[in-house]
Amino acid sequence: MEQIKTVIEKGHSPMIFFDKVSKQYPSSGFVLRDINMKVDPEEFVSIVGHSGAGKTTMLKLLLAEEIPTEGIVFVEDTNIHLLNKGEINDFRRRIGTVFQDFRLLPNKTAYENIAFAMEVAGRSDGEIASDVPHVLELVDLKEKLHNFPHELSGGEKQRVAIARAIINQPDIIIADEPTGNLDPVATNDVVNILQKINNLGTTVIMTTHNKSIVDALGRRVVTMEMGKIIRDEPAGRYNL
Amino acid sequence: MFWTNVNRICKSGFINFWRNGFVSLSSVLVMIITMLVVGLMIFGSAVFSSSLEQLKQKVDINVYFVTSAPEEGVLALKKDIEALVEVKSVEYLSREQVLEEFKDRHQNDQLTIQALEELGENPLGATLNIRAKETSQYESIAKFLESKSSDTTGYASLISKVNYYDNKTSIDALNKIIISSTRAGTLIVSIFIVISILITFVMIQLVIYTARDEISVMRLVGASLMYIRGPFMVTGVMSGIVAAIIALIILYGLAWWLAPSSSIFFGGLNLASYFVNNFAEIFGIIMGSSIVLGILGSYLAVRRYLTI
Repeated sequence: MEQIKTVIEKGHSPMIFFDKVSKQYPSSGFVLRDINMKVDPEEFVSIVGHSGAGKTTMLKLLLAEEIPTEGIVFVEDTNIHLLNKGEINDFRRRIGTVFQDFRLLPNKTAYENIAFAMEVAGRSDGEIASDVPHVLELVDLKEKLHNFPHELSGGEKQRVAIARAIINQPDIIIADEPTGNLDPVATNDVVNILQKINNLGTTVIMTTHNKSIVDALGRRVVTMEMGKIIRDEPAGRYNL
Repeated sequence: MFWTNVNRICKSGFINFWRNGFVSLSSVLVMIITMLVVGLMIFGSAVFSSSLEQLKQKVDINVYFVTSAPEEGVLALKKDIEALVEVKSVEYLSREQVLEEFKDRHQNDQLTIQALEELGENPLGATLNIRAKETSQYESIAKFLESKSSDTTGYASLISKVNYYDNKTSIDALNKIIISSTRAGTLIVSIFIVISILITFVMIQLVIYTARDEISVMRLVGASLMYIRGPFMVTGVMSGIVAAIIALIILYGLAWWLAPSSSIFFGGLNLASYFVNNFAEIFGIIMGSSIVLGILGSYLAVRRYLTI
């Protein structure tokens, strides 16, 4: 707590701050141990590590899907685990999420999937009608706006998921293995889009197993092992 | 914004209903079965009530008067009896009517008719046939008549016989049958309805189980609880309405099909006429319970997946 206060006083508030965070499950013990990590606004952070290293748990804590056993997760200056249900909904609308399995709503078209994120954020029909085609154009899916997820390729589904993630202009994009199910071409497309979003000022946190994209990015790399951060390099490489 | 949200939730529910065609169909089919059970219980209850009513109609208390009893005395007693709250109706049969009925009943019994003619005069007294509102009330009417036949108001000299105690055993037996069969009927109806509701709930839970990932995605994009539940509840309402309409059509056909046999076997109750005459009530019960079932089932089933 002292740490975060100090940071704020210096006028250098981090976007995300894991303050001595541990997470323990009754069945599997500690999956995260004493994590301290700050992410500044507009950073692009890749979190790498073997399966079971705790990467996804970190993201779940960040989305308030899980509560830490010890420590606090701050987003800007808010302890997100003190938020009530309504506040959690508001908080999640400020974060864009992209997952390996896309997590699109299967009975909604590409257009409707993106519009849904705007609807829950209370945006008007007029805004939806003007913004959704625009964002689909940004991810190069203008021709597929009326396609259902099952009519799209893996790369296209992921681009719809990214479009949904960015439609409300979030402060943070969380991408959990976004290229895990994609071929190399689609992988490049997705990483390029994430980079563009980051260049526009959105903080991006991405977990990945893909060495080539981490190395190509040349951005901050946090390496995890057995629930701990073992390396945190500002312009790192994939090194496991 | 509230009405915009309501509009979006309804639209989403309608769209989901049509797009999840197979799942919606399954849930509608299960709800149709439930509503048919409810409908058949309504028919069963009507048949049961009609049969009981028929039995009740066969029970009455008869007060036989002496042949010398003056008509005005009998009619005065009739008036007193009619004033009792337990009494549904009192029928007065004059001596002449009693004789005619007797002759009609024994028209094939020449010996009796001949004996009657040999008497040369009417040996039968006037009669009052009393019907109670409930079979359990005959005893109190009998007690009233007993008091009248032993009091000093003059009725004692008029009354020849009250046949309640002759019929008491059968009236009591009928009373017990009515009470126990009403209880059994209520229990059976309740069990069937509870089983049907449980089956429908399980079906709705299965339907929503298939959408659990969808619900978690909605939570992750920050949808409010109502925004997640709403479309499922609208879909539940739609399933309920469609199921109720189909069930009502099937019940109508069934009522027409069973009408002739129901009239014969259940003492004149025509199921088709019953359906038409009580349509508003039957429609209300089937449609109302179907919609409530759809809403409640969806609400409870979605709740399980809203913990993220």
